[in-house]
Formats: sequence, structure tokens, C-alpha cells
Amino acid sequence: MDAIILQTLNGLDKGSAYALIALGLTLIFGTLGVVNFAHGALFMIGSFCAVTLSRILSYSYEIVDDTRTDFLGNPMKVDIPYVHSWFGESAGQTIIDWSVPLAILFAIPIMLFVGYVMERGLIKHFYKRPHADQILVTFGLAIVLQEVVKQIYGANPIPTPAPPAFTGSLDFGVWLGFDPNTIIYPYWRLVYFFFSAIVIAAVFAFLQFTTFGMVVRAGMADRETVGLLGIDIDKRFTMMFGIAAAVAGLAGVMYTPINSPNYHMGMDFLVLSFVVVVVGGMGSLPGAVLAGFLLGILQSFASMNWIKDILPGIDQIIIYLVAIAILLTRPRGLMGRKGVMED
Amino acid sequence: MSKSNFTRRGVLKTGAVAGAGLALPTYLSAAAHTGFTNAPGDSEVVLGFNVPQSGPYADEGADELRAFELAVEHLNGGGDGGMLNTFSSNVLDGTGILGREVKYVTGDTQTKSDAARASARSMIEKDGAIMISGGSSSGVAVAVQGLCQEAGVIFMAGLTHSNDTTGKDKKANGFRHFFNAYMSAAALAPVLQSLYGADRNAYHLTADYTWGWTQQESIAAATEAIGWNTVNNVLTPLAETDFSAYIAPVLNSGADVLVLNHYGGNMVNSLTNAVQFGLRDAMANGKQFEIVVPLYSELMARGAGANIVGIPGSQNWDWKIENQLGSRYAGTNAFVQSFGTKYGFPPSQAAQTCYAQTLLYADAVTRAGSFNPCAVAEALEGYEFDGLGNGPTLYRAGDHQCFKDVVVVRGKENPENEFDLVEIVEVTPAEQVTYDVDHPMFAGGALGECNPGA
Repeated sequence: MDAIILQTLNGLDKGSAYALIALGLTLIFGTLGVVNFAHGALFMIGSFCAVTLSRILSYSYEIVDDTRTDFLGNPMKVDIPYVHSWFGESAGQTIIDWSVPLAILFAIPIMLFVGYVMERGLIKHFYKRPHADQILVTFGLAIVLQEVVKQIYGANPIPTPAPPAFTGSLDFGVWLGFDPNTIIYPYWRLVYFFFSAIVIAAVFAFLQFTTFGMVVRAGMADRETVGLLGIDIDKRFTMMFGIAAAVAGLAGVMYTPINSPNYHMGMDFLVLSFVVVVVGGMGSLPGAVLAGFLLGILQSFASMNWIKDILPGIDQIIIYLVAIAILLTRPRGLMGRKGVMED
Repeated sequence: MSKSNFTRRGVLKTGAVAGAGLALPTYLSAAAHTGFTNAPGDSEVVLGFNVPQSGPYADEGADELRAFELAVEHLNGGGDGGMLNTFSSNVLDGTGILGREVKYVTGDTQTKSDAARASARSMIEKDGAIMISGGSSSGVAVAVQGLCQEAGVIFMAGLTHSNDTTGKDKKANGFRHFFNAYMSAAALAPVLQSLYGADRNAYHLTADYTWGWTQQESIAAATEAIGWNTVNNVLTPLAETDFSAYIAPVLNSGADVLVLNHYGGNMVNSLTNAVQFGLRDAMANGKQFEIVVPLYSELMARGAGANIVGIPGSQNWDWKIENQLGSRYAGTNAFVQSFGTKYGFPPSQAAQTCYAQTLLYADAVTRAGSFNPCAVAEALEGYEFDGLGNGPTLYRAGDHQCFKDVVVVRGKENPENEFDLVEIVEVTPAEQVTYDVDHPMFAGGALGECNPGA
């Protein structure tokens, strides 16, 4: 029982990331009809927003400490972050330590801008082209973006820790009546799950309860009619692309303490997220979220030792096996609508 | 009436295809007149450095490349000479190799065997490299070593720790300076017994390729010999970045020690996950839960940060060893001085082994008086040397494995600076980590005959 609870918890953080990326993918597909293979790159750029802010906050000047020597026996050069000088060592270090949560504020305008530029600069020229063209151009864009990041930040993962307050772990089992140390779960992964839930709820509330959201939903259902009413639906859809980019970026920002950012991380998540979208049902926002969590948890269960003893390597293919099974029994996915991608 | 199918165009096409086919193995035909592959001209010789510039071992690859550049600089008479000044052999005089200026080409193995072979093949066939070096993944090293054997060039392995490299996959054209998994286990087991006792239950997480398999086998055998029980061994994909699903079940497995048979970025991520899941603070079977990282490096310690404090492991070499343990390890300070001055930080063990391998190759060519791979191999076989930082060392003829002291280390509690992350616990003498050529863990292969190529 404890193993089942532990693997369920363990699947939640990965499922949260799948759900957030798949949500953005579905938003773009539902509004603009574009299959965006560059969406994983937006997740990666979000992660590097956190890295960038961390580096900005840690930007230092050098002093020479004559009382100490370096590894060559020369007087030690010590880097002093500017924020230590400006706010005092303790407050300055706290600011640096909290760079990941602070990066949320940093990343939102950047991701909105990146999304806007991506849509206006490239993707809008492919609206009337076949899906195959859209996939090729966005996949190419993803490769270009990851190579740019590789050139700037290098090929190696960059550790970006969570604030010290969240570096420990919660003895979750004690709450449920188990012995101590039976079900341990890191604080930051819980933070990530709750953060994802809030972002997902905010996106749904935005679409459900605002005038803007209602227009977007109406445009998703019947774009031409909304256009005939004199509403500039294209402009709103462009803004939705920016919002979808911001959602992917925020997912990336908060994921940095879980998995050190590297230039390839977007690709790692992209393929799985597309499977999530297909399983959830193309164009279905609730389907994307449901499938994200479902497949994340299933992947976690498939990593259990006794399952792998019976089926070696199952953890690497479980998502694809489930996708095949669901598409065979429900060709439109779990919550897919008739007519979407069936023309 | 018969009708001929020959046409002018058809003959031209056939001729062109046949000509291209005959010209394809250029590296063989170019060297044919000299009797071995890629025989250098009178002015320069090309070496090929094949390292991971991306993937989980990219940190090690970058440091290896720095060391290769430094070695070439020293061989060509640049810089302060580094370990040329301390090497027990004195035939290298800073005029290149046998009077030829040393040039080099580099490749990215991507930590993948197929990419590494393609890269090495390109360096041999297109760039005329006469020796290939590099590593950081044993899977890559074994694959490239096989290629070099077929092509008829020398392979001076960089960081490769699998028993198989000089065990079942050993080749006559391949030589390894770095230590191996068996040696790590032999050095580490007595230290683990004194640190954690003889009554322990170990859970292994193991990188799923040749290095992980042989390290797990070696560590399990050595720890079981001191009384430990191996609870489980779980294989993890090399490309994995999130080990949480593998770490989560450890606490409830009955184990009180986690052995991470991971290296480079893999180890940084798995150790970080283990700490996040509270293993370092946990109690199990009435004992403090412990983590062991059998193959250690300063680069990994830098990546893992405070998580590595107190965790034991083994190294091929450490940049502080001459300062702490004296002149037996001469060459270390000379290398650290050269490397540190050029790059601003001390070298890793990956850098040291690659630097040493480059010098050893140049030395063997010079002593043999020939670039012929078989003459070079003969000069390296059974060669005893000193002054390259590891103390007295033997290149054993039977398997082309170097035998030298092994350094047992652990993460330092209070580092004095950002490079002082590892402390030396003890040094295990070479005799205690030496094994027979036909030891069961190394059985199943044969060196075969040296291949000079053409």
C-alpha cells in the first residue's frame, strides 16, 4: 500500500509537467489549428529563464583576499555578488536562494514575448498549410532554439536549486498512519504539483469566466461566425499563443530544481507531451490535463521493481503502450471531439 | 542477331562507380607504401581526440579536451613543459614526436557508441589521425577500441572504468591508463567495512551499460566478501535525468546502504534525488542510512554540491595527492601548475589520465623510433614508468592495463575553496588491487594480434 501511495505521489510531479505542456499544446491547436512541435522548446526556455535570473542575481565583482591562497598558492580571488553589497550578505543571499520562485515574474513577460514573436514571425505563415508542413517548420524551430541555448549556456545541465526552505522532504507516511520514513516526498515536488494545479485552474477560469475567454472559446467552436460579428479573433488567438507559451515557460521555471536545465530537456518532454495530447483527445483541454496526470502516474507505477522484474524495460514504453490501447478503443482519445483533425 | 547492351554512357557510368569504389578505403591505400595506417609525413603528425562534448559525461569530456590541448602544447615545446619535466622517461624534448609537430583533431562522441565510432572513423579516414584517444564512457571506449583495432591505429583510452575495456573486450591496439571497477572495489571494500561495519544491506542503482554492469558486479563481490548483503540491483537508462522513481522504493527495501553505480551527470542527478527523498537523514535497520559512490570525481562533486559531503568513493588520481602524500606522486604538482595557470582551476582525474596517455603514446613512439602501431604497442607492453602523478606504474603486457595506486576519497565536510571538495581517505597500494590476467571478471576475450592497418 505504501509503495502504491509513494508511486502515485511520484507520478504527480512528472504528470504535472506533462499536463502543463499538453495544456499549452492543446490551446494552440484548439485556437490556431497548428501542431506546434516547438512547444517543448518553450518549456526549455522557461527553465533557462530561471537559470538566467539566478546568474543575474549572482552577478559578482572580484576581490583579492590576501589572507587565503588558491589551489596554486596565489592570493585567493573571491567573488562577491552585487546583491550582497546592496542588501547585506544575509538578505542578498536570500534573494539569490529564491531565484527560482522569483523567476516566475521574470519569465512571464519573456515567454509572452517569445510566444508573440514566434507566432507573428513564423507560425502565422503556416496556418493554411498542411499539418505536415506545420510539424516540419515547428520541429525545425525547436532544433534551432535548442542549439541557440546550447551555444549560450553550454551542453551541460546547470544545477539550479530550490530555496533552502523547500530542500528537505516531507514524511508523508506519518500523516497516513504509516511508520516514519515509509513514504518520504520532497517538498519541492509537492510545491510543483500545487503550482501546476493553480496554473491549470487559472487557465480554465480565464477561459470560462472572462469575456476574452468566452470569445476565444466561441472562436474555437466557430471561427468564421465570430469573425463575422466584427471581432478580431486572429488577434485574440495570437494572444492565446503567448499565454500557452507562458504556461509552458512557467512549467519549465518551476521544474528546474527537480531536473537541472539542459538544452535538450524540451525534446525529452515534447514527444511524451504529444502522446498525452493524443491520448487526452486533440483539442480537448480537460483531456490534456487528465491524460497528463494519468500517464505520469502510470509511468511511475511501471518503474516499480516487481513490475520491471516481470516486464523488463516496461517503464520506458508504458506510455506508448497505453496510447496504442486507448487509440484502438477510443480513436479520438479520452475526451476528444468529433471532427477534430479528421478532415 | 545479337544485340550489344554496351553504350558509351553505360561504360562511363560503370567506370565512374568502379573508380569510386576502388578509391573508397583511402586510409588503407594512402598508407600502403609505408606499411601502416596513416603514416605521417616529415613535418607533422595528427592525433585524434574523441571526447563527449554533450550528454551526461560532457563535463568530463570538456576537461579531457583541455588536457589533450595542454599535452600537445607541451609536446611541441610550449608552456612550462608540465609533466615532461617529471616523467621518468626523458626521451621527450619538446620537439614534437620524432621531430614532427603534433597537430590534433577533435570529435564529439555524444556519449553514444555509434556517434563515437563515426567520429573516430572520420578522424582516421579524413584527417589522417594515427592515434585516437578520449573516453568518459566505457561503452564508447569499447566501441572505438574495436574500430581502432580494425583500422590499424593505436587507441589510448581516456576515462573508461569498465572491467571489459581491458577484460573481455581488450584489443592489441588498445591501452588503458585509467583504473577499473575491480580496482575500485578492491580499494573501497576495506574502507567501507571500517566506516560502516560488516553487517550492511546494500541496494544498487546501476547505469545500464558495460561500465555499470561490471562496477556493480565488482562492488557487490567485494562488499559481500566483507559480509554485506546485496538486497537489490536496479538498472537505470544512461539517458535518465530524473531518478525519483528509482530512488523512492529504496527506503522500504530493507537496505541501509545505497550504492550509486552512476557517473558524471547521472550521478549528480541520482545523488540529488536521493538527498531530496531524505535518504541521507534516514535510519534503516537501526543504523544511519548511507550512500556510496564507487567511482568519484571532483567534477561530479562540484555538480552535486553539498549533497556529496561525507560520501565515500574511489579515484584514479587527485590533484592534491602530491601535496598531501609526498613525492611518490611526483608530476601531480607540475601538471596542476600548468593546467591551473592555463585554465584557472585544477584538473580532474579525467584530464590527468588523458594528459598521461598522450605523453605515454609520444614516449612509446620515440622509444620505438617508429609510428608503426605494432612498434608502439611493443614499447608500451610491460613498460614501467613514474613521474606522471600516480606513483610507480606498470603497463601490463597481458591485457594493456596500467597498475598503480588507487585513491579512496570522500566528500569534504568543510571545503576551503570551491575546488577543495574531496578529501583523500587513504591510498591503496597497487599490489592490493592487482589481479591475474585470467581473473573471472576479465575473462572471455583475447588481445589478439596487433594490427598495423595497411
